[in-house]
Amino acid sequence: MTQPLLDVQELSKHFGGFTALDQVSLHVGKGERFGLIGPNGSGKTTMINCISGALLNESGRVLFQGQDVTRLKPHQRTRLGIARSFQLPRPFSSMTVLENLCIPLEYAAKERSRLARRQEEAMAILELIGLADKAHDHSGGLTQIDMRKLELARAMAAKPDLLISDEAMAGLSGSEVDEILDRLFTLNERGVGVIMIEHVMKAVMRFSQRIVVLDAGAKIAEGTPDEIVNNPLVEKAYLGE
Amino acid sequence: MRIAPFWPLAAATFVIGVAATFYFNEYYFVAGYLVLQGLIMATAWNILGGFTGYVNFGSAGFFAMGAYTSVVLYTAINPPLFVVIPAAAVVCGLLGLGAGYLTLRLRGVYFAIATLAMAIVLETLMVNWEYVGGAIGAFIITEDVPFFASYNAYLFVLMLALAIGSVALARYLNFSRIGRGLAAIRDDEVAAECAGVPTLRLKLISTTVMGAMMGVAGALYPYFVTFVEPVSAFSLIVAVNAIAMPMIGGTSTWVGPVIGALLLGSVQEWTKVNISSELNLLIVGVLLVGFVALAPQGIVGLAQKFAAWTREQREKRRGDDSATA
Amino acid sequence: MFSIDLLSNALVAGLLLGGFYAAVALGLSIVFGQLDIVNIAHPAFVILGSYVVYMTNTALGWDPVLAGVLFTPLFFALGVAVYRIYYAGFERTGRESLAGLAFFFGIMFILEVVIILIYGVDYRLVEAAYIGQTLRIGIIDLPYRMLVPFITAMAMTGGIAFYLSRTFTGRAILAVSQDRLALELMGANPIRIKSLAFGIGLATAAVAGALLIIIGPVEPSFGRLYIGRVFAIVILGGMGSIKGTLLAALLIGVSESFVQTFVGPSWADAVAFSVLLLTLVVRPQGLYGRL
Repeated sequence: MTQPLLDVQELSKHFGGFTALDQVSLHVGKGERFGLIGPNGSGKTTMINCISGALLNESGRVLFQGQDVTRLKPHQRTRLGIARSFQLPRPFSSMTVLENLCIPLEYAAKERSRLARRQEEAMAILELIGLADKAHDHSGGLTQIDMRKLELARAMAAKPDLLISDEAMAGLSGSEVDEILDRLFTLNERGVGVIMIEHVMKAVMRFSQRIVVLDAGAKIAEGTPDEIVNNPLVEKAYLGE
Repeated sequence: MRIAPFWPLAAATFVIGVAATFYFNEYYFVAGYLVLQGLIMATAWNILGGFTGYVNFGSAGFFAMGAYTSVVLYTAINPPLFVVIPAAAVVCGLLGLGAGYLTLRLRGVYFAIATLAMAIVLETLMVNWEYVGGAIGAFIITEDVPFFASYNAYLFVLMLALAIGSVALARYLNFSRIGRGLAAIRDDEVAAECAGVPTLRLKLISTTVMGAMMGVAGALYPYFVTFVEPVSAFSLIVAVNAIAMPMIGGTSTWVGPVIGALLLGSVQEWTKVNISSELNLLIVGVLLVGFVALAPQGIVGLAQKFAAWTREQREKRRGDDSATA
Repeated sequence: MFSIDLLSNALVAGLLLGGFYAAVALGLSIVFGQLDIVNIAHPAFVILGSYVVYMTNTALGWDPVLAGVLFTPLFFALGVAVYRIYYAGFERTGRESLAGLAFFFGIMFILEVVIILIYGVDYRLVEAAYIGQTLRIGIIDLPYRMLVPFITAMAMTGGIAFYLSRTFTGRAILAVSQDRLALELMGANPIRIKSLAFGIGLATAAVAGALLIIIGPVEPSFGRLYIGRVFAIVILGGMGSIKGTLLAALLIGVSESFVQTFVGPSWADAVAFSVLLLTLVVRPQGLYGRL
């Protein structure tokens, strides 16, 4: 087996007496489309916080491209190639859309580049995402869907090998979901591995090649979308007894 | 915002400032010195407050520690001023670094409260430290300097150079890679970290520069007043001015504190002489609250809004013209 | 130098002082601890309380504690007004962090300067028959100027604790920061609840101000020394827990009293601030609780 892009080994995280994650392992391959699902409070958010470095896990390891990143800070992991978008959009609201992208282009980049070069790259990403016409708008005043696109665009501007998309579609209409999904497929075609955390089941099932289901901090199922749909444990977790 | 040629303007300001010391009387250097002191403090405060988004209530503490660094050096070896000033910068820069390192991992409000607490702890230390005069205070005896009309004229010119240097540094930071990272932190620290910005390191740079700059503003203070005691060195008005000036001028660029300091500083010197110093304080307080509540972007923001409005009007008029033609 | 006599008196004096500190910190415990509003002007409002009590004491001969209590409705109204301004200007627009802090800092400064403009910078004090008298129990001295504030403070703290835990609006105040959903299910308007809570917070400042000026003479800049104390108490007390606030206040009172007795009075002011800095660095969640 070739080395996975992301290798999470027996990760545990507690908050006080509450066990948010209990020895969960998972791996994501290069360029893989990976779905992470589970009911509310199952540990999805904790898991991606531990992968991106916002939280430090107590036991277990996070390996990225073979390198142990368990103790690294979020900005160091971003530089190595792990980028994330936020469920509730967090734009740099005093800046324009273009300037928002220039921050990761400047700070997450492996080498320094000129401002004009960064702006060109930012424009290219905005065109890919479909936000080019708003490049010079103030990011604080965008619509919900454009905010979500900005989140994805800014994550892409870090030029990641792994993109974590945290509920990028919550609260969007059907056609908007399709639009975001379409963008994620485009990004994936460029070789970026994607972890999708999502409540919109239809989208996860369509997007993912492989899915892991969490419940109460433990991994209860893993497999292709078809296998997951037909797994009685998953059904029980979602519907209750 | 780029205001045309910065360096020629700075050089001209300095030359005019030096020339002015030969034509104007003592009162103007004293007033001018205080305005410049406010300007450095405001510029320093804004590096952390305006660029980075962290409120420092303890400006008076940094200022006073700059002053007390001078007192200690004076008492020990009385070195020349070009030694005193960098020493104050180092002491207060380290103070800023320490305060930042201890509290910047917490929420912003805790940093604000901690700075306030730090100022009071430092004041207590100075009150109890006999070497620097304790509660009674310490005298500094200054000697005449060649070339300048008076010692105060000399201090004024020094302060002018320091102020120009501080503004230049703030301007550099504003437009540099660091400045862009700080702006990202101010807007959203979590998102900044995930965008690859090393937030803790940048915040520490920010507090260190702020502390050092405030120390520089305080370093000459003992030579200016020739008598230092804790109550006036740690005076609340220093802290209030450091906040009010950027808030009134506008916090998002390096220009705001400069405008705010020149304006508020001049108003203060004028009211102190012509009305009363208590009323002067009231004006500062009311202006601070008024601007914070009603014009959060300060004078710079108001000017930008006005410029945008006139542009819009002009375009509208042009549109009307072409419609009729 | 070191005797049982001195030690027990320092302890008792510290407890009395700490009880009074609880009264000063109580309002902030609600406003900062529950509503998350960083009202650094709270001590300045306490000083305002001292001065209105001083005014009615010298002009009309009112008893200071009574005057403090009588002024609570006025301070309550003032609190509601201040909160409305704060809400409209900062909280609603999401600018509370930087601008809101500067706002309260400005308010603090204005209050101080206004008092200086009216009364000058001299120390002011109130008169009452019991001030200057001392109750002696064995080797313990209980000066009434400390005992009266202590008892009043305990009564007020108990009353507020009862109000918060036992009444509908009280529980709504506790819910406003922790569980907005529950609050909405209860049918309470969060803005109204917050106005009410802020009003109560400032109302306690009127009484605390009266107690402060009973303990000793007051001058306008006195409030600044209390900023560190009250924040130290509220943070150490675990942000908004009344029990925690009381405990932290007693702890700070006793520490200050010991430092005053055994080290020297000029160091006492720094105790609270050092405790505050230490708390922030080592245990920001306080003695009891939540971060």
